[in-house]
Amino acid sequence: MFFPISGAHISPIYLAIVGFLIGILGGFFGVGGSFIAGPALRAVGLDWNFAVGTDLAHIVGKSVVAAKRHRALGNVDLRLGLIMAVGTIGGAECGAQLIQMLKRAGNVNLVVSIVSIAVYVSISTFMIWESQKTLRAQNRKVAAGGIKGTTAKRDQSAFKPTTRAIQRLKIWPMVALPTSGIKAISIWIILLVAFVGGVFSGFLGGGAGYIRMPSMVYVLGVPTHLAVGTDLFEIIISASYGTFTHAVKGNVDILIALVMNTGAAIGAQIGAISTQYFTGPKIRLAFVPLPLIGAAIVIYTLVTGHKL
Amino acid sequence: MKPQAAKTLRAFLVELVVYAILVVGYFFLVLHFLGESLHQLEMRHRYTYAGVAILLIVGQAVVLEALTTLLLRLFSGRSE
Repeated sequence: MFFPISGAHISPIYLAIVGFLIGILGGFFGVGGSFIAGPALRAVGLDWNFAVGTDLAHIVGKSVVAAKRHRALGNVDLRLGLIMAVGTIGGAECGAQLIQMLKRAGNVNLVVSIVSIAVYVSISTFMIWESQKTLRAQNRKVAAGGIKGTTAKRDQSAFKPTTRAIQRLKIWPMVALPTSGIKAISIWIILLVAFVGGVFSGFLGGGAGYIRMPSMVYVLGVPTHLAVGTDLFEIIISASYGTFTHAVKGNVDILIALVMNTGAAIGAQIGAISTQYFTGPKIRLAFVPLPLIGAAIVIYTLVTGHKL
Repeated sequence: MKPQAAKTLRAFLVELVVYAILVVGYFFLVLHFLGESLHQLEMRHRYTYAGVAILLIVGQAVVLEALTTLLLRLFSGRSE
């Protein structure tokens, strides 16, 4: 199929399959999936600038489908998502400016690569430790007859004492998030978490969901299922902003994004529904390979000099 | 395989076939006619194109979500 905007010839079946796979990941983990979509689009000859912009447009569509499904399942905190969107957009702009500064200093690739590898590996290592510790504690309680089993949404975390300490920080203004079960938390902490995710998004492209979703769980104390759904809702806003700015610069082939979204729509539904059959710690444990894939891509780019 | 799981898988496969037929029709009818006008818009009015692009992707997502939900209900006899 010929796509006149980017001038590319790409099979629509290939695009729909790529969209389907990313849809499943997005629906289940609340990530944009740009670490798969970007390389998949470039692999069929799409220019790098079109791959980045078109991927963002596709992320908007997929996130709408997944977030709608998560909302029907009660997994979206709208108030939290709206506050986070502000921080993410601000962070993404700062990330892009930071890149420009590092470019002028002449060592952008090395600095960004080393920082991102360290962050990705740290997230994965921490999540393996935390989720396994939580699962072991749960199993011990079940074996001792303390609890008769766990429901999917009854979230536990070995990091809870630290999360509670963060929630107790009284930095005005405070906001209540009843949907997430948080009585009060400083709005600045929410904005900071979103801002950091946004900075990484500006640094590395894509939505940086593999940083934001764990941050929502461990720093803000949002239950995993709600973190997934809310992250998707937040991605709709921040990725729409990114799509608009990229489209103005001539980097979006919306026809390719529309075709990818036909596969993503069904994949995102499957991913979102699947979260109901897993407890929070199990979703977090399954999440571990995603930041590692991100780290592997950065290492590949650093070693070969080719962007995937 | 448990009978319930087999039933769910069968319903999903039927849904996938029906969905694929609808999507192929969409590729050839809608995107074929839309392609050239969007290309012209992208070349001449970038800001309008950016707005239309977001409206299209969000609109299509809402329609597809409704369609897949309907198909899920139709073939599995329940809404997950």
